[in-house]
Amino acid sequence: MTTITLPTVVRSPDWVRHLRARPTTVLASLVVVVALVAAFAPGVLTPHSPTTIHLQQTLRSPSWHHLFGTDEAGRDLFTRVVYGTRESLGIGVGATAIAMAIAIVFGFTAGLVGGIVDSLITRLLEVLFSFPALLLALLVVAVRGPSLETELIAVGVGSAPGYARMVRGQVLNVREAPYVEAASALGHRRRTVIRRHLFPNAFRPLVAVMTLGVGQSIVWASSLSFLGFGVPPPSPEWGALLDAGRDFITTSWWLEILPGLVIVLLAIAVTSLGRTLQHKLEGAAR
Amino acid sequence: MTILVEVPEPAVDPAGSGVDQRPAARPGVRLARRIVWKVAGAVAVVIAAASVTFFAQLAVPGDRATILLNIQTGQHQHYTAAQLAPVRKEFGFDNPLVAQWLRYIGGVFHGDLGTSYTQHRPVTQVVGGQLGPSLIITVGALVVAWILAIGITLLTVKRRPVVSALGSLWETFTACLPQYWVGIILLVIFSVDLHWFPVIGGTSVKGTVLPIVTMAIPLAGFLGQVTRDEFEKVLDQPFVTTARTRGQSDTGVRLRHALRHAVLPAITLSGWALGALLSGAVIVENIFGRPGIGQVLVTAVSTRDVPTVSGVVLAVAIVYVIANLLVDLAYALVDPRLGGPA
Repeated sequence: MTTITLPTVVRSPDWVRHLRARPTTVLASLVVVVALVAAFAPGVLTPHSPTTIHLQQTLRSPSWHHLFGTDEAGRDLFTRVVYGTRESLGIGVGATAIAMAIAIVFGFTAGLVGGIVDSLITRLLEVLFSFPALLLALLVVAVRGPSLETELIAVGVGSAPGYARMVRGQVLNVREAPYVEAASALGHRRRTVIRRHLFPNAFRPLVAVMTLGVGQSIVWASSLSFLGFGVPPPSPEWGALLDAGRDFITTSWWLEILPGLVIVLLAIAVTSLGRTLQHKLEGAAR
Repeated sequence: MTILVEVPEPAVDPAGSGVDQRPAARPGVRLARRIVWKVAGAVAVVIAAASVTFFAQLAVPGDRATILLNIQTGQHQHYTAAQLAPVRKEFGFDNPLVAQWLRYIGGVFHGDLGTSYTQHRPVTQVVGGQLGPSLIITVGALVVAWILAIGITLLTVKRRPVVSALGSLWETFTACLPQYWVGIILLVIFSVDLHWFPVIGGTSVKGTVLPIVTMAIPLAGFLGQVTRDEFEKVLDQPFVTTARTRGQSDTGVRLRHALRHAVLPAITLSGWALGALLSGAVIVENIFGRPGIGQVLVTAVSTRDVPTVSGVVLAVAIVYVIANLLVDLAYALVDPRLGGPA
């Protein structure tokens, strides 16, 4: 099937062409923007309050008035989800930051120092890899006791080994790159080469990985909360909403499925943006 | 729900290069050496993993004997040295740290994972009976996920653009799904509304269907993504063109030539998937009220019974290490290149 592109006289504006070329990216960006609005200005998206209790309107199913229905205390679920965004997004970003910090320290040390340090760290990562992330996170919760802080650390620690391995690989890749060799050959000091060439180039692909990681962290954090080890219930954090709704699963499906849907939507949107970013950055590196 | 996974690189044994440089070892000997190294490596990983869970028990803030008594009595108080002494003696807390560590590591290889704080019996006993039901749904999910992934890939890869896009979209979507969400949706639809399956599954055959499907769907999406990428590459290979020019049908090419190559990377991933599935089992067992390590683990985490949590985590890690060892060995046996010089 061959398509012949005829020269067009009237060109559509840039944003229209972008929209046609990458509808998923546009859609994903839209979801992320809405999430950011919900996180910073929840009042814009909903007129209700997340804590007002209406005992005459408990467990109503979704309707125009209550988009996501109401919970056992008659609170508007949509409003609670909107107000929970800040905490959930914060946990996702925070946990990824913790994971990345650990990963960068280990990955760069292993990749730069090399030798016995490298093989020690690689071995350690291999060991940590044998613990599935959620179980590693649960071990952290058992040691520290459940709290917001623990949840951040647990998810961060749980996902760190994977990133660390990636960072190490990246550093090794860049170390072998011709431009690093050239810089060394030109007589630049090792520290300059690391600062000017190695660090930025090894770091660039990680931006995409971090974006992917935020989506993943949100899902993992909500899994922990779902098991009852997250932020305690009165909070509208998404995982906490899921945990609270479990008692009503046989009668009020919306309490579980709709907050879950929001988590899934955001996770998919963030993942898809991360992928796009990855392709772009890979293109730029070549 | 796993999106961000790397293909675990085949572990490179430190002595591997040294072995390969020796000039004339017969392939059989080389293979045997390789296997010995792999097994030794796996043992080392288990020892290190056990050390991690051992130190996790020490990392709990406060005195262990006090914590233990408080957990058992459900109180928050201090005890006199006389009250703590028997507990310390029983659990070996009064021994030097190195001795405790050695005892723990040694115990692991004898099937002893320490003693539960809350239940006062060996962790192995607490976990033992529960590992079976979890392994059943784990292995079941792995099989179902494979069938789903291969079926969908075969049907949709490199077909009309719409069909391919649909298949790819399905994979991207399902690979992102958190297990708890899939589980709840299936539970609401098939148990609560349609009454096809029991709401609280137990270990009955009927109650096992939904947990398996729940875990299989996201995994199938993930395996499908990997298989599809490979499949697309393979279908462009010269030998595929050759097969087509010989007049082989499209279905024949897909089944006899492309499939074999396309599933290899996903097979490597299966070892990893087993670990991910076992942690998924924790969530799924919780939703469907199914006995298994998930229930043990959640109870233990909420009572902060760290030895039991450590035991379960370590048991899963050991299953994971063994599974990966088997995958590695199978590879070494199947792929002649791995037995020879790299």
